[in-house]
Amino acid sequence: MSTVYEQLGGEAAINAAVDIFYRKVLADHYVNRFFEGVDMARQAAKQKGFLTMVTGGPNNYTGKDMREGHKHLVKMGLNDSHFDHIICHLRATLAELGVAQGMIDTVIGVAESTRDDVLDR
Amino acid sequence: MTVIRFEGQDFVCGEEESVLACMTRHGVMIPSSCQAGACQTCMIRALEGRPTPESQQGLKDTLRVQNYFLACMCKPTENMTIGLSTVSPAYHTVLREKTVLNESVVRLRLDRPAGFHYRAGQFINLVRPTDQLTRSYSLASVPEDGHLELQVKRVPDGKLSNWLFDAFEVGDAVEFFGPAGDCFYVSGAAEQPLLLVGTGTGLAPLYGILRDVLAQGHTGPIHLFHASLAAPGLYLEDELRALERANEQFHYVPCVLHGDAPAGGRQGNIAELPMAVLGSLDGYRVFLCGDPPIVNALRQKCFIAGASMQDIYSDPFVFTPVPD
Repeated sequence: MSTVYEQLGGEAAINAAVDIFYRKVLADHYVNRFFEGVDMARQAAKQKGFLTMVTGGPNNYTGKDMREGHKHLVKMGLNDSHFDHIICHLRATLAELGVAQGMIDTVIGVAESTRDDVLDR
Repeated sequence: MTVIRFEGQDFVCGEEESVLACMTRHGVMIPSSCQAGACQTCMIRALEGRPTPESQQGLKDTLRVQNYFLACMCKPTENMTIGLSTVSPAYHTVLREKTVLNESVVRLRLDRPAGFHYRAGQFINLVRPTDQLTRSYSLASVPEDGHLELQVKRVPDGKLSNWLFDAFEVGDAVEFFGPAGDCFYVSGAAEQPLLLVGTGTGLAPLYGILRDVLAQGHTGPIHLFHASLAAPGLYLEDELRALERANEQFHYVPCVLHGDAPAGGRQGNIAELPMAVLGSLDGYRVFLCGDPPIVNALRQKCFIAGASMQDIYSDPFVFTPVPD
């Protein structure tokens, strides 16, 4: 069975998805303070890595990367409610791209599996 | 089998081996993370030889044309020399023309040295002969011009800008290195709408990019917003209005924060004005130059307004603070 990554159209489609996803995140005042002052191009590259991973594309990310990469945000108060917002934006992004509900659930399942690593617990 | 040269040493790359894997195997630690072409941590530049198309996927076109590539994705098909930077020779030039453009901006026209090639919008590093003090200045000229043009703003206590204003005279020689910078126009998508926003002498690279864009036959709408605190800080108004008359796709919008804007202009915060005038920026290619906080704010606002991250180019001007 092919991955969501392949079904979406691979790397080029992920680029488009990053734009939609990151735009939603930046426009969300509940979470956008965690993105203040970050280099947007680097952040977009990280999100591309994240979306590639959760859609089952080629990646070498580990739980340790997710944990290390978010530790400073946990100190700033990052918690489950913020994670929920991001999950919501991810769900909306995939829906906007026309991904079928079953596939969305699969992707959200992968994203959910990173929750404890992201929140460092 | 291909050979990769790095810092004067040759490394043999195996069949089906990536540049990153080859270098790692030989003890050269190129920073990397995802190893799947996503995170761009391992981006490096081919100084000789061509990177494979797969290794340039997802990179901005300005980086692609300068032969940057992702080491993790490149299984080389030819010998390559890789590195992070090219070494510029010192170019010698002479000041030919010096014109005051407004209360705080002077235009310098220098001879274009033989062998110096650049893209409109890039910058050079100018070196003061007496003490090697070096500062970056954007080129406002286009490569077809016989001269190099700089537009220099007098920075309060600015060491090099005050010297350029007060002591550097027509006929004086100076050296520079370059070019550098990733904020320029790559031809293609001639019908794409363009947005150019500059504050102060952020107009310099944009003026070069604008003339380059028009010379390359860009047909899509081109909107240039030039912002200053107040009307006396604007410059090149006559030249820009002449370009506007000669090119129906080009629209010039002078902007001021305080006081009345000139005809056809706008009063307000430049970080908000382009979106207020144009609405959605979906499909736009965007160039932002000048004051870093404004450039950074505009980068985010343009993106939220619909411009794709891949289509936003920027050059924040950093002023070197004077030590106490």
